[in-house]
Amino acid sequence: MHLLPWAALLAAVIVPLLLPNEYYLQILTQGYVFAISACGLNVILGLAGQLSLAHSGFFGIGAYALALLATKAGISFWIGLPAGVALCAVSGYAIGSICLRSKGHYFAIFTMAVGIIIHLVIQKWESLTRGHIGVIGIPGPGPIGPISFDSTLARSYLALFFLVITVLAISRLVRSPVGRTLMAVRESEPLAAAVGVDVMAAKRLAFTISASLAGLAGGLFAGFIGFLGPESANVEMTFNTLLYVMVGGIGSLAGPVAGTFIVYGLSQVLAVLQHYQMIIFGLALVLLILFMPAGLAGAARSLMRQRVSEVKPS
Amino acid sequence: MMLVEAHQLSKSFGGLRAVDRVDFSVASGSITGIIGPNGAGKTTFFNLISRALPASSGRILFDGRDVTALAAHQVARLGVARTFQATTLFADATAVDNVLVGYRQRTKSGVLDALLRTGRLTREEGEARAASRDALAFVGLDAFAGRRAQDLTQEQQKRLAIALALVAKPRLLLLDEPSAGINAEQTRGLISLIEEIAAAGVTVLLIEHQMQVVMQLCQRIMVLDYGRKIAQGTPDEIRTDPAVLDAYLGRH
Ligand SMILES: Nc1ncnc2c1ncn2[C@@H]1O[C@H](COP(=O)(O)OP(=O)(O)OP(=O)(O)O)[C@@H](O)[C@H]1O
Ligand SMILES: [Mg+2]
Repeated sequence: MHLLPWAALLAAVIVPLLLPNEYYLQILTQGYVFAISACGLNVILGLAGQLSLAHSGFFGIGAYALALLATKAGISFWIGLPAGVALCAVSGYAIGSICLRSKGHYFAIFTMAVGIIIHLVIQKWESLTRGHIGVIGIPGPGPIGPISFDSTLARSYLALFFLVITVLAISRLVRSPVGRTLMAVRESEPLAAAVGVDVMAAKRLAFTISASLAGLAGGLFAGFIGFLGPESANVEMTFNTLLYVMVGGIGSLAGPVAGTFIVYGLSQVLAVLQHYQMIIFGLALVLLILFMPAGLAGAARSLMRQRVSEVKPS
Repeated sequence: MMLVEAHQLSKSFGGLRAVDRVDFSVASGSITGIIGPNGAGKTTFFNLISRALPASSGRILFDGRDVTALAAHQVARLGVARTFQATTLFADATAVDNVLVGYRQRTKSGVLDALLRTGRLTREEGEARAASRDALAFVGLDAFAGRRAQDLTQEQQKRLAIALALVAKPRLLLLDEPSAGINAEQTRGLISLIEEIAAAGVTVLLIEHQMQVVMQLCQRIMVLDYGRKIAQGTPDEIRTDPAVLDAYLGRH
């Protein structure tokens, strides 16, 4: 069981070296970046049980923060990235404080509206963001000491590094009192409050972390691609990320990462089918919700439980 | 000394007065019972004391302090613990993880402690696990620490809910129909558990439908009917109170 993460990491280190060309390497790198975003969505959705649909709004804030700081103020990637994350943390805290007053479906709808507003602001504030034209010439990560990040290969390892840190951080959080508190809020708010949990503060914390990770992914996205349009903050992006999390398994640690690679990988393979792609994904999603509501991770878990109980019936 | 005092406490749901100007106090160290027909307002009274619901009017004092405006988690941290009528647990988590959440109010570690695995986190986790083990052992569930809450029997779930309420060492424990849904023998076990809780110095306030449980455990009883307090006194006084007999027998 404990070998699995190491095996995955080893594969992640080796695979880039085996890829036939730059194009695949770029897709892999983007996969890592989207996986970070999916992990972030999983914090608010999977750990705290709140369906936030503002996620790609924060992805956009992180991306545009880095892009605009770099192109307008000449600020480097390495400063712009944490600045974007910080901006997402602050705006996540503020927006969370308001949205989290609503619950359930209302929260989902409220946050979707927030996501749409963020997207619209980015799109319409042309003097700042250049609207539809987008921002071009965003500098990538500069060298750290002797390590240069100019090659696609180096960037893919950098993205992998951030993904590993993200997963590690979330796994520490989940196994801590903070993680248990979020679990409690997800399972029963009245009981959590009755045992002294400040439910609002717990949800706000999860929302802030989730927004920060979306911002991190957004910043990496902008820096790696070098250009940025408002569609990066589109609500459609939120639904894609949601799909990654759901396919992999809501609330599991590795699920969102696996889900990202499966769905994003498939979408690249199926890109030739263009518009039919959404039909296929839509159908897949319906089947998934019907037959595997806990995603791949959930299916694997119940399979293992079954095996255990077959070995030693109790 | 009075641990809890309700003054003219009321709660309306639309036009319905679920709790209607109730004056009542609970002596420190006692086991007190609340009885009354279905829909009398017993659970609502608990919800007001634990601040799960805001009162429409009136005041609540806990240990002499006005807690009428506090949030539920704040009164919990002052030492008010409760169970729910429909046994409520963190269903998908293990028994020990349930109880650990109950101890969270005693610890301070935050996100940074979790990410950096600080000494404070390690120390507090040690404390929390020890307290949780004790609480599980106290209710007789030490052998089930790793079992998921939803996989426990009804009786075990009730005991787990009590462990979860007790782990942070509250001063007041509110039990909403602890004997509902378990058999006579299990109820006897539960009665002795409640006696042990009281003996440990926790004040107990208990809603109960089974008369023999109330009569056996409680030093004092309050009777609610249509949200009003219609009687209070010792079990013997309540047994012979005409208003109580009327509320219970008069309309069958
Ligand atoms: N959240 C609520 N919204 C509206 N009405 C409520 C609410 N909670 C309780 N009530 C109503 O208030 C009245 C008192 O309910 P409560 O649950 O306090 O009764 P109870 O004495 O606990 O009854 P039981 O013995 O059946 O548990 C009932 O008429 C109930 O329908
Ligand atoms: Mg009730």
